[in-house]
Amino acid sequence: MTPGPSSAPPEWDRRRRSVVRDALGVGVATGAYGLSFGAIGVAGGLSVAQTCATSVLMFTGASQFALVGVLAAGGGAPAAAVTAVLLGARNALYGLRLSSLLELTGLRKVVGAQMVIDETTAMCIGHEDDVRARRLAFWATGLAVFTLWNLATLVGALAGTALGDPQTYGLDAAVPAAFLALLWPRLDTPRARWVAVGAAGVALALTPVVPAGLPVMAAAGVAVLAGLTWRDAAT
Amino acid sequence: MIWAAILASALGCYALKWLGLSVPESVLDRPRVRATAAALPVALLAALAAVQTFADGAGLVLDARVAGVAAGVVALLLRAPFLVVVAVAALTAAGLRAVGVA
Repeated sequence: MTPGPSSAPPEWDRRRRSVVRDALGVGVATGAYGLSFGAIGVAGGLSVAQTCATSVLMFTGASQFALVGVLAAGGGAPAAAVTAVLLGARNALYGLRLSSLLELTGLRKVVGAQMVIDETTAMCIGHEDDVRARRLAFWATGLAVFTLWNLATLVGALAGTALGDPQTYGLDAAVPAAFLALLWPRLDTPRARWVAVGAAGVALALTPVVPAGLPVMAAAGVAVLAGLTWRDAAT
Repeated sequence: MIWAAILASALGCYALKWLGLSVPESVLDRPRVRATAAALPVALLAALAAVQTFADGAGLVLDARVAGVAAGVVALLLRAPFLVVVAVAALTAAGLRAVGVA
């Protein structure tokens, strides 16, 4: 970052403050997800260290919930990892959008890549009209979310450990509710709702006949089918 | 096994983020690729929610989880925040078990 002129224009000052304030707000909001992830992680059989490592190393919420969900349901490590990575595929498209906006190179790209998630993409695109604003939006949101997400994961994991048996506290119902809450805002088109119903149906139909973990992976086929039959008018 | 799953998932997720920042826009920016990538999280999250609500091993059952998730749906319809939705589902299931209903 090169130091700006000593008398920064007041519009930029205002904008900078508003970007940082929004970034902190987004960070606090994702902290709530982090608390749930921490509690669900230890309820799903991960240690506190494993739960926290997941948040630091994967740092993409839906994939983390999927990893824990499939492991807890006895789906095995390979199925859990495949499901988690498939859920992370959308981050590649976010990166594609962000690469021209941020033009990251070297160490900034190594660190910045980890921060390519829903929240940073939305904030960066929201400020794409100004190069300083969109860079600040990306980094401030990334730092705020990374910090609060990982802190909240630790707190949630410790609280989850203190709670004890997940069945007693209904944490086994919290896991599917978390998936539904993550799904809910994506059901904004009829097409998305059909994909959701189809995928749920495929997964439930396969549950009695194939090993745990595979029904969810098979449901990804519904998404591929929806993608391949894509038509302009049908979005 | 758990550490292997965490490390493999982390590597895969990071690779996808890096890939997006690195490849020319024309490679991935096709309508069908975009449509598939948009549909993937919807399909996987719906499948995960369904399986975790009804599956018990290789069987499908109706137990306290269904009531918990139904309460969560009500919370979602009332536009409750994420943490409230999750807590409502957990407390409903726990409450029903405590009174011996499910």
